Amino acid sequence: MRLLTHNMLSSNIKGVVNGFPLRIEAVKVVEKTVEMNGDFLKKMFDKIDWKAFVVASQAMGYTELPEEADSSMLDSNEFLNRFHHALLELHLEEGALVCPETGRRFPVSKGIPNMLLHEDEV
Amino acid sequence: MKLKQLEGLLGGLDQFPHPKVELEQYPTGPHIASRMLFTAENSFGDVSDKVVADFGCGCGTLGIAAALLGAEHVVCIDIDPESLEIATLNAEELELDMDFIQSNLLDLGWRVDTVIMNPPFGTRKKGADLDFVSVALKVASQAVYSLHKTSTRDHVKRTALRDFGASSAEVLCELRFDVPKLYKFHKKKEVDIAVDLWQFVPASNQS
Repeated sequence: MRLLTHNMLSSNIKGVVNGFPLRIEAVKVVEKTVEMNGDFLKKMFDKIDWKAFVVASQAMGYTELPEEADSSMLDSNEFLNRFHHALLELHLEEGALVCPETGRRFPVSKGIPNMLLHEDEV
Repeated sequence: MKLKQLEGLLGGLDQFPHPKVELEQYPTGPHIASRMLFTAENSFGDVSDKVVADFGCGCGTLGIAAALLGAEHVVCIDIDPESLEIATLNAEELELDMDFIQSNLLDLGWRVDTVIMNPPFGTRKKGADLDFVSVALKVASQAVYSLHKTSTRDHVKRTALRDFGASSAEVLCELRFDVPKLYKFHKKKEVDIAVDLWQFVPASNQS
């Protein structure tokens, strides 16, 4: 699971007011290179929650992203490369996503997070 | 990529070895899957460079088709872990980068561009087909492409427009869904079901 997907996910447990972002517990992270698409990155920059993205990337072991970012930074190739790398090239293979309010762990195995809720959580 | 080429690649994918009838697991055949994605891309530009979600992905046919047609990021969601494992292997075989999530129908945090799906028809769990449409319309910012039995056409249209607030609900074409003899209750060797390829557009004031 890549961080672009992580940025979309939240905990939907009954009673949780704000289930975003899920905290990442990284046990195994794999890097896979993929071609960069600058236009796509610029489009995604407006959509993602940057703060959650930075925290998530740090949990994955990547510390090269600036804590804050604005769209003018998209003109810099260096920034784009780092953005691309963290967003699309880091894969969480094993670990967990943790609900920020309840602490409930959603396990991640073979890159697939299991977001299925138990009966009492729906 | 040409239609025939896409159809050929999809034909090589592994499908459900032990389909679960309660989940209405039926493989989306390469003929129908390729035409569905080709229409979404060539008529509407809703696939290449977009973020696409495949709801109820099963073994990943539609999501993989989207990736092959240039979707920038594909997320495949299904409730069944065995199907997801097969989908992962299928994507690996074709060297495609896709993310998989095991979940029930889930409302994602932010909008993807396009949702593609071959939802359960609701023969096991009544209303399942429209449950999928309801969530898809919340998750997609541009369009939802979905297959539904032609026999349900009026009901689907009414519900999408009136109850789910879609700004439009159009049948793009009618296709034949070939259902092979998969389950014990299937009597015929193969049956063709008339299905509609729908395009639902969410209400335009969604952020």
